[in-house]
Amino acid sequence: MIKETYPVKAGDMTAAGDVSARIKRQMKQLGISAPIMRRISVCTYEAEINLVIHSLGGELTFEIMPGKILVCARDRGPGIADIDKAMTEGWSTASNEVRNMGFGAGMGLPNMKRNADEFSITSQVGVGTEISMGFLI
Amino acid sequence: MKEGSALPKNETYYHSVRLDVEKCKGCTICLKHCPTEAIRIRNNRATILSERCIDCGECIKVCKHHAKVAVTDPLDIIHKKRYAIALPAPTLYAQFPGEHKATAIIAALFRLGFDDVFEVARGAEVVSYAIGKTLISQDRTLPVISSACPAIVRMIQINFPSLIENIIDIVSPMEAAAKIAKEEFARKHGVPAQEIGAYFITPCAAKVTAVRAPIGQEESYVDGVISILDVYTAMNAFIKEGFEPFEIDRASAVGIRWAAPGGEATAVGSRNALCVDGIENVMRVLEQIENNRFDRLDYFEGLACVNGCLGGPLTVENAYVAKNRLNRIIKHAEQKKVNRTAIFEHAQDTLRMTKPIEPNNVLQLEGSIFERLEKAERIEQVLASLPGLDCGSCGSPTCRALAWDIVHGDASEMNCIHKLNERISALASQMIELERSTRFSSPQEGEKTQLRAKEESSHEAFRV
Ligand SMILES: Nc1ncnc2c1ncn2[C@@H]1O[C@H](COP(=O)(O)OP(=O)(O)O)[C@@H](O)[C@H]1O
Ligand code: SF4
Ligand SMILES: [Mg+2]
Repeated sequence: MIKETYPVKAGDMTAAGDVSARIKRQMKQLGISAPIMRRISVCTYEAEINLVIHSLGGELTFEIMPGKILVCARDRGPGIADIDKAMTEGWSTASNEVRNMGFGAGMGLPNMKRNADEFSITSQVGVGTEISMGFLI
Repeated sequence: MKEGSALPKNETYYHSVRLDVEKCKGCTICLKHCPTEAIRIRNNRATILSERCIDCGECIKVCKHHAKVAVTDPLDIIHKKRYAIALPAPTLYAQFPGEHKATAIIAALFRLGFDDVFEVARGAEVVSYAIGKTLISQDRTLPVISSACPAIVRMIQINFPSLIENIIDIVSPMEAAAKIAKEEFARKHGVPAQEIGAYFITPCAAKVTAVRAPIGQEESYVDGVISILDVYTAMNAFIKEGFEPFEIDRASAVGIRWAAPGGEATAVGSRNALCVDGIENVMRVLEQIENNRFDRLDYFEGLACVNGCLGGPLTVENAYVAKNRLNRIIKHAEQKKVNRTAIFEHAQDTLRMTKPIEPNNVLQLEGSIFERLEKAERIEQVLASLPGLDCGSCGSPTCRALAWDIVHGDASEMNCIHKLNERISALASQMIELERSTRFSSPQEGEKTQLRAKEESSHEAFRV
């Protein structure tokens, strides 16, 4: 099966979206159906943006298993203190600078949860955040 | 270059954009500009991968040797049927130097030999009306994406299959115009519809393909597509001579505006549209739409050409000059939508597409999911061994594209001039090594004398 790991740099807005674009190209090659691809694209993009704007850097992994695609986002901190709050629609700690670039609507995490068939998030302040999303194929 | 590379040829794909082999120098300009990576240079000539080409005409615009051409119909085609109606794209109005109203240009079309003229801008009015109604009444996936530019529709089929459902299922203004023009002519003159031909005067290669191999319809209403370039000289002469009055229903500003970016979005009454011209820009924005970046957008107008159809590959005038002219023509035209509500109401239901738009799976690897995974892995492996310069010297547009071609048996690693260079350097040092070792080992007597003789003669040569 295929498992690919893509590093994502913190703060690098010019590269934000590159990893999700690569994952999308891979999905097209593999013939993942359009509606599933769309949901995965939205989730990988949101996860990638969060790594860029909120984390200290991390990586995305894209993994194909029998009957399922798994996308994981892991980072090296700062971690999320209150996950329930972070999962609330519209809740965001994004800086003004980031908001001016059109991000920080506080819809990323809720949208990931909505679009993935399986969703889990764990986080530890000072250590990092890990989000795992499964999509049935 | 590799001999006999078996690039796929599929005659079922019709294309207007072709290669003139005689003129092709095998440079890499078109290769690097093709938005769908549909070009390869093999055996020192370009080839177009039929199933990937979207007929956008980018290669026609960039080729300095004029080796990329658009196949259109000759003017003679208007004799194919008993009656001929010209369908001028609004872009045509902006092509001629001087202060001309659209009236003068339409008159020149009659002099070319057409029995009637029906402005495509009128088709655009009806289509605007139908799209406008859809925008307010229906529960649709937003943003609704325009279907007017056939190159963009084909791009979406290949690169953005998940956005196909957003494309408006209403035919293009050209098709609407052809259909209504024939119906009106048949009614007015009491002649059978089969005897009437409708001919589009085009700034665009993609429209030729859209007529020959329609998307969303079984068959096009258009009977022929004539390039603006082929009628320009004759029309320009007629326009200079002045014109006789004629009577036809004229299009309003609403329809004429479609020639320039943003015109369509204005005409359909979108409240929050995004209008993008230039195919690279369109691709970038579609990528963002696919990521749900714009949640309040109701309409997306994407045009493959910079400056929209005014920048089409078969235009004569510089697109910016044409834009300025079009603005003045729009000022002279009727500002409000002419009240044709009855026609609009009748037409809008018959303008729906009758066939679904299907995804084009050319980017997908073939075989079972296991075979696809295996090939994908091989592509990554090959890619890792390539220099990553994306220089195009191998004849494939990027290193990744070459990796794909290698895995498909359409190229070899030695297509990469940098790999080849490495290999040659390695061989050269091996040869030097070999020569040195043969010199110091003790060869047979005969050979030894020969070798010495050779060395001496080369010393001779050196002294001279
Ligand atoms: N990887 C992360 N590391 C630290 N904090 C995060 C991370 N991802 C999300 N968060 C926190 O959760 C909040 C909500 O995230 P999200 O729903 O994506 O909205 P937004 O990114 O628009 O702020 C963020 O504002 C941030 O405080
Ligand atoms: S923008 Fe207009 S001229 Fe250019 S490809 Fe699209 S329809 Fe044709
Ligand atoms: Mg976010």
